[in-house]
Amino acid sequence: MSDDLRDLYQEVILDHGRHPRNRRMIEDANHHARGENPLCGDKLIVFLKINADGVIEDVSFEGQGCAISTASASLMTEVIVGKSEKQAEELFASFHALATGGEVESSEELEDEMDRLHVLAGVRDYPVRVKCATLAWHTLVAALKDEQKVTTE
Amino acid sequence: MIIAKAEARGAYDVERIRADFPILGRPVRGRPLIYLDSTASAQKPQSVIDAESEIYATEYANIHRGLYYLSERATERYEASRRTVQRFLNARHAHEVIFTRNTTESINLVAATYGRRFLQPGDEIVITGLEHHSNIVPWQLLREERGIVIKVAPVADDGDVPLEAITGLLTPRTKLVSVAHISNVLGTILPVAEIIRAAHAAGAKVLIDGAQAVMHLPVDVQALDADFYAFSAHKLYGPTGVGVLYGKEDLLNAMPPYQGGGDMIRTVTFEKSTWAPLPQKFEAGTPAIAQVPALAAAIDYVTALGLDRIASHENNLLAYASERLAAVPGLRIIGTTPHKAAVISFALDCAHPHDIAQVLDNAGVAVRAGHHCAQPLMERFGVPATARASFGLYNNRADVDALVAAVTKVQELFGQ
Ligand SMILES: Cc1ncc(COP(=O)(O)O)c(C=O)c1O
Repeated sequence: MSDDLRDLYQEVILDHGRHPRNRRMIEDANHHARGENPLCGDKLIVFLKINADGVIEDVSFEGQGCAISTASASLMTEVIVGKSEKQAEELFASFHALATGGEVESSEELEDEMDRLHVLAGVRDYPVRVKCATLAWHTLVAALKDEQKVTTE
Repeated sequence: MIIAKAEARGAYDVERIRADFPILGRPVRGRPLIYLDSTASAQKPQSVIDAESEIYATEYANIHRGLYYLSERATERYEASRRTVQRFLNARHAHEVIFTRNTTESINLVAATYGRRFLQPGDEIVITGLEHHSNIVPWQLLREERGIVIKVAPVADDGDVPLEAITGLLTPRTKLVSVAHISNVLGTILPVAEIIRAAHAAGAKVLIDGAQAVMHLPVDVQALDADFYAFSAHKLYGPTGVGVLYGKEDLLNAMPPYQGGGDMIRTVTFEKSTWAPLPQKFEAGTPAIAQVPALAAAIDYVTALGLDRIASHENNLLAYASERLAAVPGLRIIGTTPHKAAVISFALDCAHPHDIAQVLDNAGVAVRAGHHCAQPLMERFGVPATARASFGLYNNRADVDALVAAVTKVQELFGQ
């Protein structure tokens, strides 16, 4: 196995890809959105339960995809649970920058979360795979804004 | 042609043939290229590359216009290429060969001219469940405009489309049957001769999408009695930007023009224009002057090798690859009919097609992963996508071995 491939498919990604966390439906979700990457046929739904204080109490996803998109969705649910909507959007922006090779700016309070997401930084060398890694996040943002559907094309 | 075939009767020396394709000698990501995506587009032999650049370097001018040497030469080369295609398809007349941009445009041409002129609301078109989007969407556009009905012949579990699946849909209202000759996803070879016979008996015309067929088997449009036959040069080891639509003379004559412009008219006044005769009527504007002769060079190349020998070489590879891949645990081949060309779509239990293609790419093996412009077919087989390896005249057993080794790597990485 070459090192390039190991950079892309780090153990954490393989693990989340095989055993995704929070892949379930939230019955009483108050936000959800569908995401689709027509290029590879990946489809997923992100569910959110946000309380009166604007805190994400629960987050989950459903759908099938490649290892990168599944792992990214799984990790996303882990890092944004308990965050405010605003923090979730900030994490989206930082993650997007991380995945696309842009300048990553994140506030100190979200540093740990960004550290966890760093395993996905390998996609920046694979333009086609960036969409896999960001699909769940785009869908999350759509759910926050109550847009029903996003596509990464 | 006969001489070329006779010369080529020696053993099929794939290593010598590979040397004709400069790209196969170039490293990709520092490794030798294992190219298993000829179904999407084939690599080009030096003779095709040379034919195109030679036109630019020696005989280039616009065609059908200039009364000077270069224009006459370029026109001659262009029209000689049309005759090469005529012989290749065994068309009765050279003017039954229309140059387009690709298969997609050839099919759209028929939908926009034949379809608009001759199909009435309620008329039916029969296609199959394995069509490429380019043989689905043009008919849907026509449906929106004309209120026609599209009927879809189902695909069997092994990827076959039995004749009865199509004949069962024929009614007195069927005006057109438009089917792939070979599936780009499953490799299935459709029984087009029988389909055409049955469709004609029912009073329908037939368009064959030959995009995947012309490089795998000899096509004789007169023996088939096809009304229309479409293919792309770039999948036949030829240049990009050129496609062919064969149409029977009487049909083409009865059809209105496709696009209006230069070259396709006889006379123009602001009140009324009259059309040029075939084939110019369907070739508005400046065509692919340098690429059309390169298509002729590609046809000369495969004809000299012999399509029958190419097919038998590819079939050997298909058998070898199918056997080796079938032995990989957790691997499912989609499209297992014995009537198939050298295309293998597959899925793995442990990995998504996108991940498969990624790991294969890393090993220097180029395959396609995705829906292959055939989303309804993906749905039919209950997969979001497949990985697809396809074999061309230059592939060898080492390519198959590299594919299988790389698939084994995918399993090591994902399968736990
Ligand atoms: C069966 C079939 N039909 C049509 C097409 C469209 O060909 P083009 O993109 O050259 O127009 C393809 C290309 O993949 C094909 O495989």
